[in-house]
Amino acid sequence: MSFVEILRVRFDDAGKVVPSSGYTTVLTTLTAGAMAFLAVFALALSLSSGQLAQRWSDTLSQSATLRLSAAPSEIGAQTAAVLEILRTTPGVVSTRVLDIDEQRALLEPWFGPDLPVENLALPRLIEIIETPEGFDAAGLRLRLSTEAPGAVLDDHTRWRRPLVAAAASLRGLAWVSVVLIAGAMAAMITLAAGFSLAANVQVIRVLRLVGARDAFIARAFVRRFTLRALIGAAGGTVLGVAAFALLPVAGESGFLTGLGFQGAGWFLPLVIPPLAGLIAWAATRTAAFRVLRRES
Amino acid sequence: MIRLANVSHDYGGRGLLSGVDLHIAPGAFHFLTGPSGAGKSTLLKLCYGELRPRSGRIELFGQNLAALSRDALADTRRRIGVIHQDCQFLDHLTLAENVALPFIATGRPVPEADLHELLSWVGLEHAADALPPTLSGGERQRAALARAVIMSPEVVLADEPTGNVDWEMSQRLLTLLVELNRMGTAVMIATHDLTLIRNAKALVSARILRIADQTLQSAGSDL
Repeated sequence: MSFVEILRVRFDDAGKVVPSSGYTTVLTTLTAGAMAFLAVFALALSLSSGQLAQRWSDTLSQSATLRLSAAPSEIGAQTAAVLEILRTTPGVVSTRVLDIDEQRALLEPWFGPDLPVENLALPRLIEIIETPEGFDAAGLRLRLSTEAPGAVLDDHTRWRRPLVAAAASLRGLAWVSVVLIAGAMAAMITLAAGFSLAANVQVIRVLRLVGARDAFIARAFVRRFTLRALIGAAGGTVLGVAAFALLPVAGESGFLTGLGFQGAGWFLPLVIPPLAGLIAWAATRTAAFRVLRRES
Repeated sequence: MIRLANVSHDYGGRGLLSGVDLHIAPGAFHFLTGPSGAGKSTLLKLCYGELRPRSGRIELFGQNLAALSRDALADTRRRIGVIHQDCQFLDHLTLAENVALPFIATGRPVPEADLHELLSWVGLEHAADALPPTLSGGERQRAALARAVIMSPEVVLADEPTGNVDWEMSQRLLTLLVELNRMGTAVMIATHDLTLIRNAKALVSARILRIADQTLQSAGSDL
């Protein structure tokens, strides 16, 4: 009795010999539906955190900032020297010195809009855009230390690492959730199958009396629970996907852009109903054979 | 076909059968009698492997019951038709489906013609689509007989088959069982109805066994 056989929906005699018991049937369908609904969210969280990690990593890894501090009389010469060094550094696509307005905008969240930036001895900030392969940060630092001692290179590694690590943790948690959901569903279906088997001891006795093998008796229960789990999980999956489809869309460049399913990711929830059926098949089969062994 | 050698069995810690020897040969007809609680039903259950003995050896069609796998025991039970006093039907299936259950449960196609012929033999062709709870006691017992014989078993074991029916119906059932025996099927009927046994003497040469004091005794001349 394979899972594929169970999926072949034939209302044959094995499925017919066990009376339909509304309680366990409804419980199985609802459990599978609820678990599938939660699984859609866990799956979406996993995909989103992966996409966020990728985006944060990509955004921060293709740029670097150089901070240059020097006396006002030397700042011009030092800036020119640094720009020349950067121009000849392999892996640097372009450089740009941030103007006074951009520096004001950076400080505004902390000091307000009326900060007299012109009167402050602020370091000069140079934005560096890298090639996808990036530049040799260690080599550049060594060169800057000799030719422009007041220059400090920030390649964003210290910002990028915790963000990527956090996203990876989120992704791990999402997969743990998927596993827990599958385990909880298996436990619930095992209980429901156990109740159903216990309620049908007389049916099992009659089937044994007429020469039914354990495999036939088990199949009658396994088929029922597998189909119920499939139906419930399909419903839960549809509702979960619909909930995501109805979520408000974030902007293209927003921090939370990418939450939910994107592109081919919308097809991923399709694996949930067959997976739920597989879990129900295994759980019911195990429960059925355990009860049949005990009742013999 | 079915042989019990020095079989003993307990029920709830109380000795029920002790040192029982029994042989059901092909074509034999046995009555098994004794007071209620003597162990008639238990002996029948031992004969078709629903119960395992505390001690002794049971052979079903030459195979040691203790050595039979679960699947092999299921296969062996197909060669034994069993009729219970309470019939043991699946109430959500029709009478015809219940009678055909041995075929359904073994995954074989139900021989429709044989099924209708059998229902006609037991006088239930009109009730094929009825659900068991809607049938009378006599109809249920005749349906149980039909289910027991649909796979052409080599032996039929009947546990108080006339316990819930009137005298006329019990005679009809007895006649059916005797007809079956004449076709070569071994029959063993457990009953406390001595009138049934006396009436059977006119129809068939039966061996009469009685359970008393946990042992199986021949009781032919007492009845």
